[in-house]
Amino acid sequence: MKTFTNTLLLLLCLSFGAHAAEQVELQKANINPNDKASLLRGAKHFVTYCLGCHSAKYMRYLRIALDEHVDEKTVLRDIAPEGASIYDQLKSAMNKHDAEKWFGTQPPDLSLISRSRGPDWLYSYLKSYYVDTSRPFGVNNLVFPDTAMPNPLWQQQGEQHAEIRKTIWGGHTELELVKPGVLSEHEFDRMVNDLVNFLDYVGEPEKVNRESLGKFVLLFLLVFTIIAYLLKKEYWRDIH
Amino acid sequence: MKINRFAQSGNWILDRFPLAQLWNDHMAHYYAPKNFNIWYFFGSLALLVMVNQFATGILLTMNYKPDAKLAFDSVEYIMRDVNWGWLIRYMHSTGASAFFIVVYLHMFRGIMYGSFKQPRELIWIFGMLIFVCLMAEAFMGYLLPWGQMSYWGAQVIISLFSAIPVIGDDLSLWVRGDYVVSDATLNRFFAFHVIAVPLVLVMLVFMHIVALHEVGSNNPDGIDIKKLKDVNGIPLDGIPFHPYYTVKDLFGVGVFLIFFTTVIFYMPEMGGYFLEHANFIPADPMKTPEHIAPVWYFTPFYAILRAIPDKFAGVIGMGGAIVVLFLLPWLDRNPVRSIRYRGGLYKKALLLFVISFVSLGYLGTQPATPTSTLFARIFTAVYFGFFLLMPLYTRWEKTKPVPKRVTHHHSLLEDIEEQLPLIIEEMTELKPDRPEIGDAAFRGSFYSRRAKPGGVRHVATRLANSIKKSLD
Repeated sequence: MKTFTNTLLLLLCLSFGAHAAEQVELQKANINPNDKASLLRGAKHFVTYCLGCHSAKYMRYLRIALDEHVDEKTVLRDIAPEGASIYDQLKSAMNKHDAEKWFGTQPPDLSLISRSRGPDWLYSYLKSYYVDTSRPFGVNNLVFPDTAMPNPLWQQQGEQHAEIRKTIWGGHTELELVKPGVLSEHEFDRMVNDLVNFLDYVGEPEKVNRESLGKFVLLFLLVFTIIAYLLKKEYWRDIH
Repeated sequence: MKINRFAQSGNWILDRFPLAQLWNDHMAHYYAPKNFNIWYFFGSLALLVMVNQFATGILLTMNYKPDAKLAFDSVEYIMRDVNWGWLIRYMHSTGASAFFIVVYLHMFRGIMYGSFKQPRELIWIFGMLIFVCLMAEAFMGYLLPWGQMSYWGAQVIISLFSAIPVIGDDLSLWVRGDYVVSDATLNRFFAFHVIAVPLVLVMLVFMHIVALHEVGSNNPDGIDIKKLKDVNGIPLDGIPFHPYYTVKDLFGVGVFLIFFTTVIFYMPEMGGYFLEHANFIPADPMKTPEHIAPVWYFTPFYAILRAIPDKFAGVIGMGGAIVVLFLLPWLDRNPVRSIRYRGGLYKKALLLFVISFVSLGYLGTQPATPTSTLFARIFTAVYFGFFLLMPLYTRWEKTKPVPKRVTHHHSLLEDIEEQLPLIIEEMTELKPDRPEIGDAAFRGSFYSRRAKPGGVRHVATRLANSIKKSLD
């Protein structure tokens, strides 16, 4: 038991070291849960490029239709994979055994990825792949070094090369697009942003409702507090 | 006729149950000092948060599944598919942090105005027991979402028991019910979180209030208001709790709820402090998260644990940090209760204590580095120094004379209302605007307020002086 706890503490120390080493400046994603068009584009991208390996099991196609006020048929036609039912969860077709064999690990469910990693991290991660022939899939990532995931958007983005720039403060790595992809840089940024926007929505579908309801609750409480204050003043008039 | 019947049935109950007497004893004829200030809101607010935790907690258990395979999914089910489930869960998770905020402020009030001193030692002891219960409640509740931080936080904290010599390993095994945190641990923590600890908590809160109403409330002047009574035996400086303080607390509740709901609706994660980011990843016994940190309300004690090099000594230090609080009524040897009439030595010590507590709280959230560990050690020394040196320095301090009657101080709101315009007036001056070219006729007739360096400096010095003076 003692050895177990000791290993645990050792792991803790090691993990602190690992944490300190991670120093990449993240790019800012533009998250707007009210942008329906962006969310629907993101949903389509998600099903096309992510669902092959990753699930988003807390989400159903029906929920997308209800939240974005889109016809169920439209969701089935434009977003969901062929043969899916509107009541289906966003589940991947890849099985666990194959995943372990191909990638060495099981691709995580992405329902809550934006809540654990944050949208900026996801946005930067998807944009920070570069060619590295020493890796099994030929690519590496600046934000998540030695990631097990190959670049799913390589056709869209093209190929990036990492270049170490020396400055007086030390070196930092910059990525340079050497072989353009199908999309222009601007189009690619928008695509990744839509995807991250969708992932952020999937992380907490109630966020829009929550924030719009908050205004009314606060307004009520403000009125309540003012009345309570006046009531208090009135009652305390005779206390000196 | 109908009203008579109604009144009669009311009397039927009153003949058999002392409702009127209870009401009078604890509300209508309970005389509280009339000079309570902002610090006196947090007791009733703690009660409010507790009721919130009970109500939302009961609703959560209706859809939560205490099973290692289902727990994480059931929380997401509550967040997504249960009607208003997200609101109930956020009220509960934010309520947990709010509970600690109000309780920490409530405790600080007690330290500041000497509310723990004779004859209120037992109230303080009950209060400390409530605090310990609350920590147990929060710790066990945090395991239930079965996220990575739930799991590894529990793993680290329970493994602390194994630092105890001889029985340690068996003890931690007994607490977990398994060799690692597992389904067995989750089930027993659920049992403790939803029934065992809340029962004890309610009983302690009841005793806390009964003990308080037996000896009466302290006040910012630390004066015993029962010493001076009018012909009817009512304290001269006392006012009935109801309606005066019920209506005042209602205002406090309003202000509190504005903050509370702002967090719930706009920042439920509070930047990862109320809901930690890593806790959105399901518990995985095979993967240790990069950085394990407890939720913010435990971090001061966690920082003390990490600051002490030896593990067992660290556990003792962490426990000791709470035990010394229990001993406070006997450590403070000064008979003067309120900070207002205590010596500069104590005021400075208290300030140092607050700084060390907040800093330890911050350091506990951060990864340990050699520098931060050094600071944590210094602050740990200050923390314990505040309590353990108390029997010495509280005897040396030069106290001020305590008045016979309570004093009237402006409330913060009134102060701002009165002072702010004067301060703005002092810090700024009217200056003629630069006239438009060729507009000589209007020269000097446009004025605007500009900051006056001399005035700003003057106000700043006065502020610094008043802070310095308030520490004497």
